[in-house]
Amino acid sequence: MAMTTAEGRPAARRAAGISLWDYPWLNPKLLIGATIVVLIILMGFLGRFVWDITLAQAASSPLNLPPFWVQDSIPAGDPAHPLGTDNMGRDMLALIITGLPSSLRVGFIAAGVGMFVGVVLGFTSGFLGGWVDNVIRTVTDAALTIPQLLVLVTLAAYIRPTVTVMALLLAAFAWRGPTRLIRAQALSMRERGYVRMARLSASSTLSIILVEMMPNLLPYLAASLAGNISGNILAATGLELLGLGPTRVPTLGMTIYYSIRASAVLRGMWWWWGFPILALVVIFTSFFLMAIGLDEIANPRLRQLQVKEE
Amino acid sequence: MGAQANEQNLVLQVKDLRVHYATPTGDVIACNGVDFQVYRGETLGLVGESGCGKTTAAMAILRLVQPPGRILHGQVLVDGVDMMSLNEGELRQARWRQVALIPQGAMNSLNPVMRIKDQIADGIQTHEGQQPREELKERILELLNMVGLPGRVYNMYPHELSGGMKQRVCIAMAIALHPSLVIADEPTSALDVVVQRVVAQTMLEVKDRLGVSMILIGHDMGLQAQLVDRIAVMYAGNMMEIAPVQDIFEQPLHPYTQLLIDAIPSIKERKPLKVTEGLTHDLRNPPPGCVFHPRCASPRATARCHEEVPVLHEVAPRHYVACHPE
Amino acid sequence: MSFTLKYILQRVGMFFLTVWLGATVIFIIPRLAPGDPVAAMITQLQSQAGRVENSAEMIAAWRARFGLDDPMPIQYLRFLWNSLRFELGYSLRFFPTTVEELIARNMPWTIRLLVVATFVSVLGGNAIGALMGWRHTPKLVQNLLPLALTFSSVPPFMMALGLIYVFAFGLDWFPVSQGIGRGLGTDWQWTWEYVKSAIHHAVLPMLAIFVTGMGGWALGMRGMMITTEGEDYMILAQAKGLRPGRVFWRYGVRNAILPQFTAVALSMGWIVSGQILVEHMFAYPGMGTLLNVGIMNGDYTLIQGVSFILIMATALAVLLVDLIYPLLDPRITYQRS
Repeated sequence: MAMTTAEGRPAARRAAGISLWDYPWLNPKLLIGATIVVLIILMGFLGRFVWDITLAQAASSPLNLPPFWVQDSIPAGDPAHPLGTDNMGRDMLALIITGLPSSLRVGFIAAGVGMFVGVVLGFTSGFLGGWVDNVIRTVTDAALTIPQLLVLVTLAAYIRPTVTVMALLLAAFAWRGPTRLIRAQALSMRERGYVRMARLSASSTLSIILVEMMPNLLPYLAASLAGNISGNILAATGLELLGLGPTRVPTLGMTIYYSIRASAVLRGMWWWWGFPILALVVIFTSFFLMAIGLDEIANPRLRQLQVKEE
Repeated sequence: MGAQANEQNLVLQVKDLRVHYATPTGDVIACNGVDFQVYRGETLGLVGESGCGKTTAAMAILRLVQPPGRILHGQVLVDGVDMMSLNEGELRQARWRQVALIPQGAMNSLNPVMRIKDQIADGIQTHEGQQPREELKERILELLNMVGLPGRVYNMYPHELSGGMKQRVCIAMAIALHPSLVIADEPTSALDVVVQRVVAQTMLEVKDRLGVSMILIGHDMGLQAQLVDRIAVMYAGNMMEIAPVQDIFEQPLHPYTQLLIDAIPSIKERKPLKVTEGLTHDLRNPPPGCVFHPRCASPRATARCHEEVPVLHEVAPRHYVACHPE
Repeated sequence: MSFTLKYILQRVGMFFLTVWLGATVIFIIPRLAPGDPVAAMITQLQSQAGRVENSAEMIAAWRARFGLDDPMPIQYLRFLWNSLRFELGYSLRFFPTTVEELIARNMPWTIRLLVVATFVSVLGGNAIGALMGWRHTPKLVQNLLPLALTFSSVPPFMMALGLIYVFAFGLDWFPVSQGIGRGLGTDWQWTWEYVKSAIHHAVLPMLAIFVTGMGGWALGMRGMMITTEGEDYMILAQAKGLRPGRVFWRYGVRNAILPQFTAVALSMGWIVSGQILVEHMFAYPGMGTLLNVGIMNGDYTLIQGVSFILIMATALAVLLVDLIYPLLDPRITYQRS
């Protein structure tokens, strides 16, 4: 049998300075994801100083330019429009700079409202129980089964939404998942020792929820929020892809829609839909990483799988 | 039920077993060079407070120590074969056939989606190959009968059974292959007193009928006294005292054993509640010398206890203790 | 009443509740929009009158058939009643074809694609996840598995676009769009030529769906396997010296898979939404394309009809999953007597 000293591995990790156990929030996946999101937000505010975003409007630039490194086509790429332009003269880089933060905004609003409503409904349902719980749970489950896109499409056929209206429409669906999640958590927490103690000591229900239960739920809520934001951006993009998004401001989804309508795929104009897709992939991946990272924080057992034995 | 104390009659021999658990702040020493034996046909009681390493030692015998725990060192001879030297395949064959386990939480030890008959059957068929249906059914029913369970349990699912019934199913499973050694890890701890009696009774009957050797792990000295032949006392990963049950109650040599015995409530007399001062030390950082010395209230304690680790040695016939003499 | 019967009735009741909720929402939406949606429909019809010969008769038939001057509650009830009988009205664009007829033509294609792709996605993803979460999976396999997840954060329609560009447009291995070769028509035939063409056209759409779908399932199953591995019955299973394969399947997967069933039921809506968009990208002759046709033509009745049928189909799929669940989890059907 191999002999190892009593100190073994942990000593080496202690020597490295920071241990993942002591600072679980320093999870690398979470940090990378969060950094990217912060950068995108910054791009939303500061982008206009780096690049002329009026180029995102139609007829502001030459048509159908490929990215600047493509020189063997007609027309050839132009460094003044590094990522190319579309068939209406919109500069791709400007589109990305305005569109990416815009997508993020939609996601934040929708997910924020959705989480808020979800937390309220979920706690009410889980904590109070009884017929309140039954009603909320049944309605939530029924609403969850209905595909969001279909209702949105039906709606958007009659009214063309602005970005904010679209965010609110999405919020009308965004509460379903969080409600379920939080209800489940509230149910299991209700019977935990520390919550029962709080109830016995006649704390008000609200203070029990805020003081006792919420702090423990924070990682779960954060992971759920990350997934929610990502999901809502996806839903918005889906709607736009069908041509039902906002028409006044450029968004990534609508850009892809225009490109498909103009047969950009068959015309080999890959940059028109390629860069928006790349941008969206960056968003989704960063939230995905954040969600996994937060999941590991919330569930220490997943962390342990990394600490493999010899 | 005295068994002959010679090598031939040894079912289990544990030598210098060391098990550590890795934690972010250092290794927890769960077993610190534990030695003990079990002779054929006898029941050894393994007692100690929670966290003293008794379950870990038992799991180590079957090599079931889960990460972050790891077995550093030691020999575990079952019927003369060292479990530590077996490869994966041999180990799997030895498990259940040589050594069986009655786990601590029977409530959760049964697979919720399998019927009782299938759970008993798969143990049998893995080691003895496919069995003819009728014979297998007969055999399982007989096992259920032996532990006092009605035949209808055969087709049931675990969640349909009570705690005591589940525990008895675990007993039935463990004896199915007539193993040389059965390790019962606190089989009655999670049950209420009335059911405890029933399960303890069942185990006694089974033991008598089949003549299995058993290790009975527990922390209730009173219960142990009624069921075992010898008792081994552990504290903080170290073996403190081993002796036949009669001797250990009449003449407990280790101060810790004394405390355990004193803690047994008595119906007959009024005893003051004897509280053992202090807490067990941090298992990552054992004190120098005897691990028990910080809590030892014995008048025999000397400076030597602080410096030198006492070794388990024979003080009276078949009575071993790890304590410094005067 | 036995527990199982009660459970079944609950689930069926849920089905009807969901369908009712969806239908109500679909009914209300046009009436919330500014202006009279009926007038909008008629304007739409009239704007197409140049192409359609008998617009006047059409409008008259419409009003008569659907009682548009009746009070709202009556309209609502009639709408519900008609919907349940699958009488979904006339398509505005393709009058006198009814919406039901259009749906009947496209639905089989969606079902074929959806069922197969979802099956592969769910089964494959869960299998990968189970292996990833199992401590005793060979190292080699464990290291390869995360590769399968790289595309899990990419939405299906994006994957579709990428696949079209690379494999259809670029490499010309697969058709760029459609569900069946030109000239073969959308009515299924059991000839080798037809089947071969159908499969050829189905490869990319299916890839788009399951390459992106597997990741989510894998992650979920991995988490469940890890949790299950920590259970007491796993330790006893190992103590019994059972073969690793048996422990993995009968003790591990068999228990870990149960919450995944619930997860499948919950993600049905999402799966259907994704499917719609993928079909749209490929102009696959399914419900997605039909929906798009409706949008492009302002064919409100078609849009509503497609939405309703899809909502019903989703609810039905959820019902089926819910009914299968008790077969796998004895705690639902067998209650202590």
